[in-house]
Amino acid sequence: MGILVNNETRVLVQGITGREGVFHTTQMLAYGTKVVAGVTPGKAGQQVEGVPVFNTVEDAVRETGANASVIFVPAAFACDAIYEAVSAGIKLIVCITEGIPTLDMMKVKRFLSNHPDVVVIGLNCPGLIAPPVKCKMGIMPGHIHTPGTIGVISRSGTLTYEIDYQLTLAGLGQSTCIGIGGDQIPGSNFIDLLKMFKDDDETQGVVMVGEIGGTAEEEAAEWIKQNFNKPVVAFIAGRTAPPGKRMGHAGAIISGGQGTAESKMEALRAAGIYVAEDLGTLGQTVKEVMGL
Amino acid sequence: MKVHEYQAKELFARYGIPVPRGKLVTQVEEVEGVVNELGLPVVVKAQIHAGGRGKAGGVKLAKTLDEARQITQNMLGKPLVTHQTGGQGTIVRKVWIEEGAAIKKEFYVGMVIDRARRCPVLMVSPAGGMEIEELAKEKPELIFKEPIDPFLGLLPFQCRSLAFKLGVDLKQAGKMFMALTRLFVEKDCSLAEINPLILTEDGNLLAIDAKLNFDDSALFRHPDVKEMLDPDELDPLEYEASKYHLNYVRLDGNVGIMVNGAGLAMATMDVIKLAGAEPANFLDVGGSANAEMIAQGFKIILSDPNVKLIFINIFGGILRCDVLAQGVIEAAKQVEVSVPILVRLEGTNVEQGREMLADSGLNFVVGKDLSDAASKIVEILS
Repeated sequence: MGILVNNETRVLVQGITGREGVFHTTQMLAYGTKVVAGVTPGKAGQQVEGVPVFNTVEDAVRETGANASVIFVPAAFACDAIYEAVSAGIKLIVCITEGIPTLDMMKVKRFLSNHPDVVVIGLNCPGLIAPPVKCKMGIMPGHIHTPGTIGVISRSGTLTYEIDYQLTLAGLGQSTCIGIGGDQIPGSNFIDLLKMFKDDDETQGVVMVGEIGGTAEEEAAEWIKQNFNKPVVAFIAGRTAPPGKRMGHAGAIISGGQGTAESKMEALRAAGIYVAEDLGTLGQTVKEVMGL
Repeated sequence: MKVHEYQAKELFARYGIPVPRGKLVTQVEEVEGVVNELGLPVVVKAQIHAGGRGKAGGVKLAKTLDEARQITQNMLGKPLVTHQTGGQGTIVRKVWIEEGAAIKKEFYVGMVIDRARRCPVLMVSPAGGMEIEELAKEKPELIFKEPIDPFLGLLPFQCRSLAFKLGVDLKQAGKMFMALTRLFVEKDCSLAEINPLILTEDGNLLAIDAKLNFDDSALFRHPDVKEMLDPDELDPLEYEASKYHLNYVRLDGNVGIMVNGAGLAMATMDVIKLAGAEPANFLDVGGSANAEMIAQGFKIILSDPNVKLIFINIFGGILRCDVLAQGVIEAAKQVEVSVPILVRLEGTNVEQGREMLADSGLNFVVGKDLSDAASKIVEILS
């Protein structure tokens, strides 16, 4: 079944009439996602690829029964879009938008602590895809994925595509692949999603893709050691990144000696997790390590 | 984004954090007027973004006008090498001259984003003057922290708690902590540091150094902060790239890379290293790159004379392979390409992209997948 989405997932697109919104709504529909509504304030009554557009999330939910949202609105308005979705009762929110100020995201996280049943994926992420239920809430190319039993959690976008595709070529399908985003403060972290994969009968193993910056990988390593009994293969990007330089993602920076790839790889290995070093052969490595 | 000490002090003053009186100087001739205004002694401070200026000779006390002139003369136009600048150092183009202060005690005050706690944290230490990384390693018990709630802000009891730890006047310290927090939040800082904050002989708190970094993602709502950017402090290629919204970081190797996505770009650098070569740069052209941005990125890579090979690694998602191919072909027409180009394309519209490159008449080496590309890098370089 995979995690987060299922056959009952009815997707709403916030920012559906923008350039990105239109393009990816078309792609999500083509993949088989049940996109049932879109929201752009002031554009109610329009349609995008046959999907009705509403002024507010509240209207969209009432009229279409949407229960998950993917957000494409510009950075200055993205947090407001999250608040609106939560307030309208949406329980799964995927925020693709990049470049949201860190202090704004802190407020979002604090707000979400009052809504423990809401899951936010992102910001600044490629979204998620669940091939077994043909549901894509994001911007990844659908055709490189195939249904199966491997879960993928990644801080990256295109690097995740690379890995998902290699899994597919190695004959390993995926249950759910989630890009948690490259910002300093993600809506969901590795541990939040590992907990869900733990309880998902169809997921046999997890590939974890980390990168320099912060300590999320170290924390996940410790949690896996204590709580997770499925095989995990990890990959960490940025072994050659210099300290003090932001490598594209807001969160990808080694500062004050913290957040190095070495520290993460060491913590993962110490927790008994296999750390793959060669990205070019990652698919095969996962196959061998997990014995699948 | 980083700013100079004198710019940070201007903001400090505006928010009510006490700083010494001072003036910015770019020519030795200006020193006399400034010294006459401030009185002696003065402190002459080289204005570069890198830390560690004090130990490197970039901060000096002058007791006479002649000394002040001499020190300024020795700094202006010359490189200052600190442990953060790299071997060649950074050219000093401005010095900040400020009134000297009689120091009784030195403290550390800093505010950073705590990623694990998901909030800003105010940190103080009685061990002023030491770098915080050093302090955290050697005397972590001397660092005191208070998390700042994103909705409540810094609370009075937290100010009192920290002031007691430092043994300083509650009212003065409280006012300063509040002002620093307000500045941090209102201007979307990512780091604010006063190191050292001093207690003067006459019992006042004074910020004699100031460091502010700002959240790049929030600059859109702070045009005043954006204006403080000093392009002289940036690598010229990195600055050029930023104009086109390209994420470029210059490195020391000879394999230039162009990749879509930061994670894949970092991983591509690692692949090059694993193959036995060294990356010349990090370049993420992003998901919404158009042909012109690709062309600009291509030019930037080529203007690094160390580059002996360009490796283009694209996994098409939002950025389609045909758009990438078009950009590369256009750029190759505009710029004289004197090095081999290795291309590896995958993902959205990959067939179109590959065809366009094949039909362009330009001489590309094709990598089938990452492993194949890695072995071709070695082949080409040897």
